[in-house]
Amino acid sequence: MYSGALMRRGPYISMITNRTMNLLIRAAMLFMVGVFLALVLNLLQVQRNVTLFPPDVLSSVFSSAWWVPPCCGTAAALIGLLYPCMDRRLGEPHKLKREWSNVMRCVAVFVGINHASAKVDFANNVQLSLTLAALSVGLWWTFDRSRSGFGLGVVIAILATLATQLLVYNGVFQYTSPDFLYIRSWLPCIFFAGVITVGNIGRQLALYEYKVNQEKTHQD
Amino acid sequence: MTVRERIRQNISAAFYRHGLLCASYPVPIILFTSASILTCCYPLLKLPLPGTGPVEFTTGVRDYSTPSHESQGDLSERPDWYRGPPVAYIQQVLVKAAVSPWDNSLVPVDVFRSPLGRVFSVLEEIRNHVYTDRSLEALCLQVTDLLPGLRRMQAVLPEHGCLLVSPGNYWQNRRDLFDADPDLLKTVHQHEPKGLHTSATLKDLLFGVPGKQTGVNLYSKKRVVTYTITIALSSYDARFVASLRARLKQLHPSANCTLREDHMVHVHFKEEIGIAELIPLVTTYIILFAYIYFSTRKIDMVKSKWGLALAAVVTVLSSLLMSVGLCTLFGLTPTLNGGEIFPYLVVVIGLENVLVLTKSVVSTPVDLEVKLRIAQGLSNESWSIMKNMATELCIILIGYFTFVPAIQEFCLFAVVGLVSDFFLQMFFFTTVLSIDIRRMELADLNRRLPAEAGMPPPKPGPLRPRETPPPPRPSPHTITLQAPAFRNLRLPKRLRVVYFLARTRLAQRIIMVGTVIWIGILVYTDPAGLRTFLAAQVSEQSPLGEAGLPPHLGVAPVFPGGDPTSTLSGLPAPEPTPLPENQSQGHRAAHPEVAPVSSPQITWGPEDEELWRRLSFRHWPSLFSYYNITLAKRYISILPVIPVTLHLSPQEAIDTRHPQDTHHAPPPIPIPGGGWTGISRETCFAGAHARMVAALGLFAGVVLVLLLFCLYRVLCPRNYGQNGVPHGRRRRGDLPCDEYGYSPPISEISPLLLRGHSMDIECLASDGMLLASCCLVGHIRVWDAQTGDCLTVIPNNGGCWEHRDGWDHISACEAESLLGADFREPGGGAVGGQDVDIFPIRRRTTPARPALFGDQPDLTPLIDTNFGLSPPSQALSSSGFDFGGLVEKAYQEHEPSPTLAFPPSPPASQQRRRSLGDQPVLPPELPPQNNGDWDSSVWAMELRGNLIATGRSSGKLELWDAVEGSLRCSNEDGVSGITALAFLNNRIVAARLNGSLDFFTVEITKPLGLLQYRGRGSLPPSPCYSSEDVISCQLTRSVQCAHQKPITVLKAAAGRVVTGSQDHTVRVYRLEDSCCLFTLQGHSGGITAIYIDQTMVLASGGQDGTICVWDVLTGSRVSHVYGHRGDVTSLVCTTSCIISSGLDDLICIWDRSTGIKLYSIQQEVGCGASLGVISESLLVTGGQGCVSFWDLNYGDLLQTVYLGQSSEGQSVRQLLVLDNAAIVCDFGSELSLVYVPSVLEKLD
Repeated sequence: MYSGALMRRGPYISMITNRTMNLLIRAAMLFMVGVFLALVLNLLQVQRNVTLFPPDVLSSVFSSAWWVPPCCGTAAALIGLLYPCMDRRLGEPHKLKREWSNVMRCVAVFVGINHASAKVDFANNVQLSLTLAALSVGLWWTFDRSRSGFGLGVVIAILATLATQLLVYNGVFQYTSPDFLYIRSWLPCIFFAGVITVGNIGRQLALYEYKVNQEKTHQD
Repeated sequence: MTVRERIRQNISAAFYRHGLLCASYPVPIILFTSASILTCCYPLLKLPLPGTGPVEFTTGVRDYSTPSHESQGDLSERPDWYRGPPVAYIQQVLVKAAVSPWDNSLVPVDVFRSPLGRVFSVLEEIRNHVYTDRSLEALCLQVTDLLPGLRRMQAVLPEHGCLLVSPGNYWQNRRDLFDADPDLLKTVHQHEPKGLHTSATLKDLLFGVPGKQTGVNLYSKKRVVTYTITIALSSYDARFVASLRARLKQLHPSANCTLREDHMVHVHFKEEIGIAELIPLVTTYIILFAYIYFSTRKIDMVKSKWGLALAAVVTVLSSLLMSVGLCTLFGLTPTLNGGEIFPYLVVVIGLENVLVLTKSVVSTPVDLEVKLRIAQGLSNESWSIMKNMATELCIILIGYFTFVPAIQEFCLFAVVGLVSDFFLQMFFFTTVLSIDIRRMELADLNRRLPAEAGMPPPKPGPLRPRETPPPPRPSPHTITLQAPAFRNLRLPKRLRVVYFLARTRLAQRIIMVGTVIWIGILVYTDPAGLRTFLAAQVSEQSPLGEAGLPPHLGVAPVFPGGDPTSTLSGLPAPEPTPLPENQSQGHRAAHPEVAPVSSPQITWGPEDEELWRRLSFRHWPSLFSYYNITLAKRYISILPVIPVTLHLSPQEAIDTRHPQDTHHAPPPIPIPGGGWTGISRETCFAGAHARMVAALGLFAGVVLVLLLFCLYRVLCPRNYGQNGVPHGRRRRGDLPCDEYGYSPPISEISPLLLRGHSMDIECLASDGMLLASCCLVGHIRVWDAQTGDCLTVIPNNGGCWEHRDGWDHISACEAESLLGADFREPGGGAVGGQDVDIFPIRRRTTPARPALFGDQPDLTPLIDTNFGLSPPSQALSSSGFDFGGLVEKAYQEHEPSPTLAFPPSPPASQQRRRSLGDQPVLPPELPPQNNGDWDSSVWAMELRGNLIATGRSSGKLELWDAVEGSLRCSNEDGVSGITALAFLNNRIVAARLNGSLDFFTVEITKPLGLLQYRGRGSLPPSPCYSSEDVISCQLTRSVQCAHQKPITVLKAAAGRVVTGSQDHTVRVYRLEDSCCLFTLQGHSGGITAIYIDQTMVLASGGQDGTICVWDVLTGSRVSHVYGHRGDVTSLVCTTSCIISSGLDDLICIWDRSTGIKLYSIQQEVGCGASLGVISESLLVTGGQGCVSFWDLNYGDLLQTVYLGQSSEGQSVRQLLVLDNAAIVCDFGSELSLVYVPSVLEKLD
């Protein structure tokens, strides 16, 4: 059935098998995912500090620091491409439950972590940090479980936090919240969870290319 | 066995039993589950319905004091939000104004112009009211400025100072602007938003009454204008308010006003959900639906995919409800926002288990009975389900110890939800699944039923299939195409679309959806005002204070049906009294007497008391939100309204007219019909009401019908009561139809039966073109593998076997036969009992012994005859101690096996192969005790080219010409029986009973030019020999004691000879120089199966259930997996996977490179252990009288081919795959040749 479908390989399939094309498509999808998540999560964070929204809150969200969502999108694209690439290099393919439903679950948990960080009142920042860290590691354990994924996630999280801090110190970007410590305790864990999530999506997307290529070599 | 293993087994067994239970009693279990769901959800009734509607609390005005911040325990009736001062006290001044008596000279604009004009004087009065140096300025809520986004409101709403709104705000509270306004209505309406709006509009805000009630329009029949002046007070001064009330009442007395003034209502607003808050929520829900979609998409191969998906969702949802209900029951009230955490709860609980269950059950063999399928599916996945659940519980527990209250609460809900979800999965979903699968089978059965109408209904299958004789088949040689494969393989796309349409009843559903949409549109655009009715109902979400109010009609507040105190404007006009104070009862009859002019009257009824209730419940939040004051989670106190009645004379109205009023609005009211239209409107309203109710009823009915339909589709088999065999096991030969209801044409592939042997087939060998078989008596027959013709018969040269009296022989042969006997019925013979005494044999309860060892001394004919001639008890009585000793000796020679009983019937020795190593065996030093006259049973046979190599129990190696049937050469160098042979490249390797390994070379003295090749495409590995050649066979090397214990397996390929032995080792020899290359150690039990092929892949399986993959070049172990719960009985490899079968009736498919188990197939109990791989993706297994074809990629059963009619007890033990897509298997005394080209084509 499978091979039969591939025998009649349409333009779509051939487009997907084209390597650069495939890469571009994946990058574009990841970019969109990143932008979307950045917008939504930004909204969640804004919500924490503003009690009531003026009707034009949406426009303000879109206008202030307009470059943040594209940056997140680019980062998502990079990370999402990096993960399968790293898997291939290391030669240890990601084996754990590679299904879209699982990816969706992962995204939902990620949004949930953000939601919790935005909505739940914590006693202090240490508690917030610890909780978020536990949740993030739980996310990794549930959906990734690869050492490489963990390492990359930690590295990227640290780098991203540093970059954000630099930006803030240089005044390019500022937090909506006056509570600086709160943000700092919140940021690395969210970055880590985000990296894991985006990596998961990227791997799942790469699976298509892998599958198609496999079929191709099989046919050849 | 470790603890883990034991736990695992127990869990698996428990799940198995549970599955049986669920599938056996579906209806009671579903009833029980529904009852428990309802019970657990019952506490939910006490919870307030979720929503953002405001909550009210009423207190008296007289003894009112601002509630303190501390909670007061004694006042339990106080809601917990009633603490601290309110955001504001709302004082409304309700003004009703009318021009009376109405004059024909007046134009419609006069209805509201002068009444509205009076607002400024009242405002002035209020603003200037002072009570003991307290003015309004001091008490009122001071607002600073509007939100920056509301520029257009700036002109209208007060920007600073007191929050005091009235219609006068339209004209900046300036009388001169009002007087100069040529078109009041335009001014009022220019701020109204277009389209549908749910929030409060500016008109509502300023007028303070619902838009339709203001009476500010040209077509008002009542000619009474109603508006309010709304004052927001920041602090409550009872005396000031009272004095204001008294002053206004004094100035504008309301004659018949009996409004109650002793209650103030506190309204608590919940958190408002704005659009910005909605976006993340919507996102999470979208993700949730994507998750559910991707999950349910995986449900496949069931009767109703959507039904099961719905059941899965229902399972999760009701588990959530149950968790909330249970938590409430135990005193935990949910404080979290349900809508927000709900998606996360669903994600945490997950649909995985449900899907895993479905997949597992669906992947069980279709042939099994439904309950067994369910039970097997459950028990297969039991371990992973339990593991997952334990993991999730652990994670949630960790979350619980974060000690953040919100997270703790979430975790608590999640834990209860998980547990109840598990409960529902086990009871609800499993049962639904069983019903679904049964439906599928019933549908299959139904299709067959007409043809078999005359047959007695098959009795319901007992629990265990092994005890049931397989039901009769309609035809002996039927190939049943199983549904999934069929679906994948056969159906053209066009048909698939048609069947899809037919199956899903798409047209019907579209019509249904269309109807619903149409009703929706009807409701939306309903002229009867159903929408407003609904909106009014929604806006009146008030649990308190509603009792005394008549039913509301948002459009016509003055027409509450049947209320005697209500008034009508339709009184006879000529009555001179300008203010009819009392309402007459009879006015409702209203008499069509023409009332040319009706004078408006101002009446006060109880519905005016709390007019703000008719406003949108967002009225106050939106008013305050304009000043960036949120009412979320706070409350306001609404003071009793101050009624003000204004009567204006017609002259006054005329005086205030704007010059344009008269000419731009011609009187549109048909003056003579004034009264009549009023009445007709009333009836019209009554009719509208009836229509509304009817539409609502219709809508509810449609929803109910849809719901019931869904329930029916999910819960009931489509053909209940249609056939008389509701729970019968689907019979084997029955033709299944696929899920599209399409039944394939019966493709009969008759297996070719090769008859000729009188006894059971013992050995089977083939080189692709020829097929050699040897039966128990030693006859060798050679068949053409293509046509099935018998070419040669080589009779047994060993002489007569029939009459052997020496009991030593008997016992020996008994022992021998015992070795390979089938233990289908333990304790069947008396000798068996004796044997139990003699041998310390481990008793195996596995009913069917898979064949392990094909080269076994065989004396079954002897046994048969003996049993026929003399009862076994005789033999027993004559056997004393000697018997035991002899048997033991023979036993030691020929490898013991767990023999318990004699097969009672002639086809008994179905499995002559010994099962290996159940008992410690002595090293085979003892010389064989065989006598010369029974040495000639064939233990091993190989066929290469024209030559048949046979190894005999006497140790003699013979080479026969396959075509002519003549003995070409023989070698009697060895004395120990040859248990296994390998014939490769002119070399023959023979493994002997004593553990030695002999290498022979076959030499042909014939020029090679005459070598002929038979066959079309496929070349046999060794050349053929013509009859002229002189063939000699010489022992080149004999490796004594190749193994410490008997050699059990011998395989040769790719220039290597691999032997496996009881001594837990595998040895690899080079074929050319018979040099031992490696001794591979890694098993902890005797070797039972070995696979090696041309690509030097070597896999071995042992009694410990492990499978090792070795690198033949280096002798290193590549992977090592624990595969089976008993012996590994057979092993085959493809390029990508390893297929193993074991004593546990499981076929496992492993990934060859990683050693990860891909999946396993649970076979029927007692299936043979024979395996064969036809192509990369096609696996064939032998079973009870049938062979089954499996798709290796998906693990689907493709076909089952039944070999013969009378094959009940026969199982296929040997199975050879020939090159031309044919398989040969033994089948009692017959051989069966099955061609499967069609299967191959489709798979490739």
